Amino acid sequence: MAQEHFAFVRSHMLPEAPPPAAERGAIKWLRENLFSSAANSLLTVVSLYVVIQIVISAAPWFLNGVWDSPSLTACRDILDGNMGGCFAVLTERWNQLLFGFKYPSELYWRPGLAFILLFVAGAPLLFYKLFPSKMLIFTGLYPFIAYWLIWGGSILVPVFALLGVLLGVYVYKRTVAASAGMAVIAGFVAALIFWILSGFITAPMENVLAIEAVPSRDMGGFMINLMLGVVCVSLSVPFGIVLALGRQSSMPIIKWICVVFIEFIRGVPLITLLFVANVVLAYFLPPGTSFDLILRVIIMITMFASAYIAEVIRGGLAALPRGQYEAADSLGLDYAQAMQLIILPQALKISIPGIVNVAVGLFKDTTLVSVISMFDIVGMIRGPILASAEWNGVYWELFGFAALLFFVTCYGISQYSQWLERQLQTDHR
Amino acid sequence: MAAETQLKVSDEVAVEITKMNKWFGAFHVLRDIDLTVYQGERIVIAGPSGSGKSTLIRCINALEEHQKGSISVDGTVLSSDVKNIDKVRSEVGMVFQHFNLFPHLTILENCTLAPIWVRKTPKREAEEIAMHFLEKVKIPEQADKYPGMLSGGQQQRVAIARSLCMKPRIMLFDEPTSALDPEMISEVLDTMIELAEEGMTMLCVTHEMGFARKVANRVIFMDQGQIVEQNEPEEFFNNPQSERTKLFLSQILGH
Repeated sequence: MAQEHFAFVRSHMLPEAPPPAAERGAIKWLRENLFSSAANSLLTVVSLYVVIQIVISAAPWFLNGVWDSPSLTACRDILDGNMGGCFAVLTERWNQLLFGFKYPSELYWRPGLAFILLFVAGAPLLFYKLFPSKMLIFTGLYPFIAYWLIWGGSILVPVFALLGVLLGVYVYKRTVAASAGMAVIAGFVAALIFWILSGFITAPMENVLAIEAVPSRDMGGFMINLMLGVVCVSLSVPFGIVLALGRQSSMPIIKWICVVFIEFIRGVPLITLLFVANVVLAYFLPPGTSFDLILRVIIMITMFASAYIAEVIRGGLAALPRGQYEAADSLGLDYAQAMQLIILPQALKISIPGIVNVAVGLFKDTTLVSVISMFDIVGMIRGPILASAEWNGVYWELFGFAALLFFVTCYGISQYSQWLERQLQTDHR
Repeated sequence: MAAETQLKVSDEVAVEITKMNKWFGAFHVLRDIDLTVYQGERIVIAGPSGSGKSTLIRCINALEEHQKGSISVDGTVLSSDVKNIDKVRSEVGMVFQHFNLFPHLTILENCTLAPIWVRKTPKREAEEIAMHFLEKVKIPEQADKYPGMLSGGQQQRVAIARSLCMKPRIMLFDEPTSALDPEMISEVLDTMIELAEEGMTMLCVTHEMGFARKVANRVIFMDQGQIVEQNEPEEFFNNPQSERTKLFLSQILGH
């Protein structure tokens, strides 16, 4: 009986229907994430209340903000007892916050241009898949162009600095087959000797092809933080690699130099090193030599960061299975090739989160130079701006602005590193 | 069987090991090893674990340093001179138990890396050579994948191709099938048999006694860092001389 009734032919096809409202988009998300249980619903409501309270109390401070006023008193007059931020200090003193108070204002375009070119130079390095590798030539030249733009003076100085680097690389390439460790030292010494000798040539010719020079002591503001951050991070990664490899070296002298350096630098606070750079180093230099303060600070921060990065990279090296070293060896690759082609690409990939951690920390630590009387952004705020009669007493706006600049940069670095890690993901575990 | 074992063995010496000793710390791993390998020979080294068989073949391409005695490979005496060692390594291919492919490079890049950097072969030529050997191990279609996307057997075949791209005169196999699932062992062994039939000089540490019977023209049995017995496979398996060998064979072939 029933057998006769299951025969069925569909007479019309059902159209596609959307899922029920409760299982869709925003409502589904709300239900699952915010109101999944009574306790969660309560928490959601309470949190929402707190957030709204914060926004309500902070909003007038932003909305009533005064953007145009010559001084704090004038700003308070405009506000007339109402709540509001005196952002006029930012529009009034933006140049000091960014460039310091002595950098000639008609030359602001030069560091500005260097800043823009930084992105052109960095792009092929950071997004190596998207840009032609020929752009790396510009990346290589960029440090010397940027130096010339920011400090000015004769073009001979950066040109000779570049020649010194090229000589160092040449010496390294010629000696690397014999011993990679010795080649690094030989290349470094060759470049150093070349720079010292070229000092005798450039010193009397300081007006050859010169643009207006700006001395280091006239620089300040966020420019200094950016300069120190970019230079020290990009120098400390290669130095960190050399130190990490040196620490694993089978040559006892190289190994112990690296171990002592890393352990000593890590055991000393950065601020101490900066005081050394500022004061103590001068005692060791021959009298009359002026060794640029920014250069001294760059050396100290680079040393500090490379010791940390070396340890991060050592962790990456240790994480590689021994088989990778053996496979590279068994194919006949020499030490430098094995490191460059097999070991470091993998070890550095593992080390990315650690390196970025050090880089972000280092970038923020550049504000410590304000303690040794350099006028970086914090130094500018605490010194010339807050000490001025017009703006004495403006704290939230200024430090908030500085925090915003640092946050944007550091968050950018962090996002980039996560993107890079995804890019380098080749093992499908 | 007999016809196969007579294959092209020449009088030319490929590896000459005399009175070679090695210690790990105070542990005497290899004791007075004497071994002459002729060009075209296929030697299987068997023995219980810890007998020093892997260490022995790792000494031949200087992955392990020996402390006494001498090893010469193709006339080059292994010393602590780095140049010397790199030269020997580029002539001697090695296949590992755990494949040791480079996970950050594609299959093709794994195969072209050493020819390009060590042999200075132009990139295009190196790629042609690599494709030739990948076809030989029957996985040319995987060339653009990464090692992590391949099965164990495929990875081991890539590892063999990677070694062959250097056109080695001697191949060392260090338990090439020990890390593989049973159904993948035969695809790797087939590749090795094919290689042996072409006259490649091979030293192979393995527990695959079937492979030894079929391919080897000499089986070496090691125990406690010494060569205990060596013979043609037929004799070795059917008529072992030492008690230690008999015990080993009864354990390994017992069931």
